[in-house]
Amino acid sequence: MRDSTRAAPFADPVPVQGESLERGSSLWRDAWLRLQKNRIALFGLWTFMLIAILCLGGPFFTSYSYESTEISLKASAPTERIVLRTEFRKVGEPRESYLALSSLEDEFLERSPAERRAIKERVQNGNEFREGNAAYRLSNQRHVFGTDPLGRDLLTRVLIGGRISLAVGFAATLVSIAIGVVWGAAAGFAGGKVDTVMMRFADILYALPFTVIVILLMVMFGRNFVLLFVAIGAVEWLNMSRIVRGQIIALKNQEFIEAAISLGLPAYRIMFRHLIPNVMGSIIIYTTLTVPNVMLLEAVLSFLGLGVQPPLSSWGVLIDEGSRTMETSPWLLFFPAVFFTLTLFSLNFLGDGLRDALDPKSSKD
Amino acid sequence: MIKIIAGRLFQLIPVLWIILTLTFFMTKIVPGGPFSAERQATPEVIAQLNAYYGLDKPVWQQYLRYLSKVVMFDFGPSYTYQSESVNEVIGRAFPISLQIGTLAFCIALVIGVTAGVIAAANKNKLLDYLPMSISMLGICLPTFVLGPILALVFGLVLKLAPVSGWYGLNYVPLHPAVMPAVTLGLFYAAYIARLTRGGMLDILNQDFIRTARAKGVPEHEIIFRHASRGGLLPVVAFLGPCFAGLISGSFVVEKVFNVPGLGQEFIKSVFNRDYPLILGTVVFFGALIVIFNLVSDVVQLLLDPRSRN
Repeated sequence: MRDSTRAAPFADPVPVQGESLERGSSLWRDAWLRLQKNRIALFGLWTFMLIAILCLGGPFFTSYSYESTEISLKASAPTERIVLRTEFRKVGEPRESYLALSSLEDEFLERSPAERRAIKERVQNGNEFREGNAAYRLSNQRHVFGTDPLGRDLLTRVLIGGRISLAVGFAATLVSIAIGVVWGAAAGFAGGKVDTVMMRFADILYALPFTVIVILLMVMFGRNFVLLFVAIGAVEWLNMSRIVRGQIIALKNQEFIEAAISLGLPAYRIMFRHLIPNVMGSIIIYTTLTVPNVMLLEAVLSFLGLGVQPPLSSWGVLIDEGSRTMETSPWLLFFPAVFFTLTLFSLNFLGDGLRDALDPKSSKD
Repeated sequence: MIKIIAGRLFQLIPVLWIILTLTFFMTKIVPGGPFSAERQATPEVIAQLNAYYGLDKPVWQQYLRYLSKVVMFDFGPSYTYQSESVNEVIGRAFPISLQIGTLAFCIALVIGVTAGVIAAANKNKLLDYLPMSISMLGICLPTFVLGPILALVFGLVLKLAPVSGWYGLNYVPLHPAVMPAVTLGLFYAAYIARLTRGGMLDILNQDFIRTARAKGVPEHEIIFRHASRGGLLPVVAFLGPCFAGLISGSFVVEKVFNVPGLGQEFIKSVFNRDYPLILGTVVFFGALIVIFNLVSDVVQLLLDPRSRN
């Protein structure tokens, strides 16, 4: 069934006999070749890779750390220019602090508007402005995404947060696919009492209070990310197993499975080679839904004080923080949300492409 | 069919018992007690409180005593709400979450299935990308972002809905359940749309659809009569836990709109170590899960003739 339907226009010209036929048109090779023809899916793949590389490597190249604060620079917009204010005191070293150009205006609030404009222009043109024992000049410090209310560089925080979000998203999703698919397929294929016991077990897990489990795990093992993955993954596979089981039940009475059984194939082979590839579409679609869900669940856990702790951050946490200062400093919501949205969009285009590529029937088109 | 349903309802009892037992012992392992945070309480007072609620006895005695009460549907008194029993707290908070959840479910189902079917019928065309991209925005805007935005627009600017609260809000045209329901519903609509599209595409590729097309069956009939039965299977499998989850209350949305629903009560009970309330809500939620998973399994059987034999 598999070999005849997935007629392989790309397959190597192998001799048509026995095992070699199967190797010639492997599921994944075919899928990869088909995926390469899907421009949108490839675009999704490259965008996603780019974001992942940026998050992994980026923080080494930004000139700021995600945790160092510059209180005088609190919540400066990306468009604002940074000014270095140096105070020369009689004793000791000169004290330096950074100001955003808009808050420089605040510094001179008591001056007339014309005077303020003149000073601003001077500084903006790269000249120094001295007043008393303080000097102001344009800094070469740049915050491309602006800074947060504690004066931390938002770009670095978004990239660091991306590491956490992507790591949580992927680890937990992988755990949930691995358990969910095997569990659901086994329950659906076995049927009867085995099915009942397995699915009621899933019901029990579903009903157990997630927050209590997380608190319990934290208490027993202390705070760490691995636990976060395990806890989220352990909850997220339940829906996956229900979806897979429902489809396996619909498929297992079809002729090609009867044929496989009558050929005497072992149960695991029927499950993994004949049933699961046929439900791959739903699996991939649900996977692309699990990734954002997991990332948001992590944000909710952090919201409850159980997830990542400051100064470390994640996209979910940054979006949550940004949504609270939406009116005064919208960039704090905008940049994390853009990264989050781009990641999810690219994953979804990739997921749709993979769905089409892995569909055992799609080669007929 | 009736035999299947009766059998599954009978399974409810052992499932709930296991849930109850696991949760009971889990709450015992978690350190801290319900009265450990109480201010100005001398050790004697705490000892008396513990004795009053039977927390000084060995755990197995507490468990047996609790179980014997639960059998009579008595979940005991709440520790945090001194004058209310757990049954009363659930009876007060659940109708609120039920209203929000049911409305959210309807919104999610109507929008999600419509968008998904339209997208699947127009695969890889503008009418596919457009609804799917909008539905992705629904997932990307988490409820804690969408909620405040909706409250801002409809509550403060348009003055159509209350910004927060539940009781005594008759001066605005919209019911206080509407905004939380829309916030929740849009999120799940995106989910359902994607599952619908995926499921429908799986079916639309199959031989019997090609046969129907060859016979000259009109396209809308192919989609609604032939494909939708099998294509909605993954959606239906998801709807069971989805509905149970929705009506048992979302903590985040209830917090954003300051609605006194079951989701808030549950999170509060966990942080207050209000054991009877934790156990009561968990068992209640467990019953909802089992029942609505049963409903969704039955609907799957009805939809798909292949699953029946």
